[in-house]
Amino acid sequence: MSAPLNVVGRSVGRSDGIGHVTGRTRYTADHAFPGMLHLRMVRNPLHHAKLSGIDLSEAERVPGFVRALTARDVPHNRYTILSLIGVEPEEEFVLAEERVRFKGEAIAAIVAETEEAALDAVSKVRLDLEELPAVFDVEAALEPGAPIVTHWGNNTFMYEGHPCRRVRLGDVEQAFSEADHIVEGVYNTSPIEHAPIETTGCIAVPEANGRYTVYTNTQALYFSLDNTAIILQVPGNRLHFIGGTVGGGFGGKVDVIVEPIATLAAMKTNRPVRFTYSRSEEMQVSSTRSAWRIYIKDGVSKDGHIIARKVTSYADSGAYSRQTPYALTKHAANAAGPYAIPNVSIDAYCVYTNRQPTSAMRGFGVTMASFAIEVQMDKIAEVVGVDPWTIRFINAYRNGDMKPHRKLAEDATLIETMQAAAALVGHELPDEFKAMTSAPRGTGQPGGR
Amino acid sequence: MAKVRGTGISAVNYPTGMNLGGDPSQALVHATTSGSFVVTLAATDLGQGLRTVIGQIAAETLGVAFDQVVVDTADTDTGPHDMGTFASRATHRVGNAVIAAATEARQALLDVAAEELEAPVDELEIDGHGNLMVRGVPARSVKVADIASLAQFKYGKTIAGRGSYMKPKSDVDPETGAMDPDSTEAHACTVAEVEVDTETGEVTVLSIRSAYEVGRQVNPALVQGQIVGGAWMGMSHALYETTAPYYPAPDHSPRDFSEYLMPGTLEMPEIECVVLEIPSSNGPYGVKGIGEMTANSPIPAIVNAVYHATGVRIDELPITPEKILRGLDARRSGTAGATT
Repeated sequence: MSAPLNVVGRSVGRSDGIGHVTGRTRYTADHAFPGMLHLRMVRNPLHHAKLSGIDLSEAERVPGFVRALTARDVPHNRYTILSLIGVEPEEEFVLAEERVRFKGEAIAAIVAETEEAALDAVSKVRLDLEELPAVFDVEAALEPGAPIVTHWGNNTFMYEGHPCRRVRLGDVEQAFSEADHIVEGVYNTSPIEHAPIETTGCIAVPEANGRYTVYTNTQALYFSLDNTAIILQVPGNRLHFIGGTVGGGFGGKVDVIVEPIATLAAMKTNRPVRFTYSRSEEMQVSSTRSAWRIYIKDGVSKDGHIIARKVTSYADSGAYSRQTPYALTKHAANAAGPYAIPNVSIDAYCVYTNRQPTSAMRGFGVTMASFAIEVQMDKIAEVVGVDPWTIRFINAYRNGDMKPHRKLAEDATLIETMQAAAALVGHELPDEFKAMTSAPRGTGQPGGR
Repeated sequence: MAKVRGTGISAVNYPTGMNLGGDPSQALVHATTSGSFVVTLAATDLGQGLRTVIGQIAAETLGVAFDQVVVDTADTDTGPHDMGTFASRATHRVGNAVIAAATEARQALLDVAAEELEAPVDELEIDGHGNLMVRGVPARSVKVADIASLAQFKYGKTIAGRGSYMKPKSDVDPETGAMDPDSTEAHACTVAEVEVDTETGEVTVLSIRSAYEVGRQVNPALVQGQIVGGAWMGMSHALYETTAPYYPAPDHSPRDFSEYLMPGTLEMPEIECVVLEIPSSNGPYGVKGIGEMTANSPIPAIVNAVYHATGVRIDELPITPEKILRGLDARRSGTAGATT
């Protein structure tokens, strides 16, 4: 990095700034096409139910009704976004079959000339539902006799034969027996909404050459295109996905929910079809961040070194897992935090409940780990009798330390970052911490073990 | 009843990228007749400024001015494959792909210039402002735009480049969890100061002050934007938001922003930051990803500050006034649950 840089490192004006502040940036919903139809979804009103029938007869008589789509219209009626990278099993339906597992689950799509006609027709669809017992708590879902949400007989995602993502380093039980203090905590977080200003949506347009152009606010165009091609069983070259500036993503627009069904509707009607979530769909139906429950047990020596950490985490995936199994793996890789802990055991469970599904969200499995670990660090400091800065400096990881997932730490700069923060707020650090660096241990610096 | 103040800290790491399925991004770069360069991507800008920073990285590598670069995003007919804008990966992955593509295009430009200037390629340089010259001989200088035009009309050559960056897939060992899931780690340390009204349970965040270590800032104003926006989001997470107010009970879930609480501009605290740059070994110009993590460090800092102010430990997000008042009551009556 010795050569001087010309433009990298300069605050040039953002290329879309003027468009944003003058209202000229075009978002997905700003596109309009002659003859465009509107799609609204018939949704399950119960948390868990057997679905025995869909009566469309009254809906079909609504002026402006064009057609309805149900499960049998969808060529491959499974939505498993991570199947692209080999994650199994297939579990979610594009449109419900036989059983509905969360309130708001999509059952039938109504396509109509106007938004109002579509909503009117949706309200006239009669569903034959028989309510089933539901489960909403991650630990209740794992108890014997709990209602089973999945089709494979238990309520956890299976990681190569294990009901949780495991990380193991050293021997935590042995280290607990040698510890001077045991500090335990349990941390709970609520599901939250991505709350983008622009709701999830797309417009699918049939082209004269037999292809379909899909204008979408997805965060990942090829993820969306490839998943749509699988669901519709068409070659990818029949599909052309165009994005633009996304009006807020935060992970919520990595799901591929609206594009397959809008494109199918465009195929069946040969007209452009728009499917954009209302605000209440965005909040009550689209994926949220998972709720988490995290148990931490730490073994600590009397001088404040954490010698063992055991973490048992449960993420509430909701009725389908979407990207959440991946979040648990990322969580497991980071649940020891930026600290050097020689003995670590992590079990991270992706648990199914009858809640609206969860998926990716900013911080993906790490946000909640950071919350739990950093509150836990303050508790440890209190037990040991040192201040919150001290407990972090003496446990901070260095380059070359072995992380619990057996990767050597590189690019570690926690110590330098804490020094900068202390300087920013005018907190005077002891000389020992001022002199610390993230350089590998054994290089003669103070404070190393 | 009183207003009490407290301070809390947190220190966090955040991984860049997530390659458990392989994590590729690709880019194409070509010159137009007027000497502009077009960067073509399937990657999409979420509003964080991807188009801007990719334009900066391309301009830097090509040696031309920022306004000579056009960044075309988010089209699967024209843009080569990209995994997506998530996992704090876009600037790192797409940036590396763009450096590769721009380097190849720059070489094609220099090859044409060498022919036109009758000079060896390795004696040519581009000055970062759209001029190309024989090193040490300012008189033998031409505009990049002129070479681009000559390439098309005199030499019949393309000035173009292809770039790809991929961290290969890492499988997880199911027994031990051994894996190599990320490319680098960014870091943050946040100090939050709060005031708690012990009569109403209301928390006012007074300041959020942080240090971030981000490898390299491509655009400091955009980095600052992420830090300020993330501080707001983290504060919202810590104190306001839930789609299940009585979790695990699913009732009373909000339908709109009048029912789903978030802080408004009047609730925004003073936000201050310093940014450290310790370049990563594998990011474009040393970049690390910080998109996601700016929302992470404020959460525990605020939670720890509430404890410091009140003596009430609340290990459940969000920290609502109700939870604070119940904690204060329990503490006064000496019942369990007030502290751990």
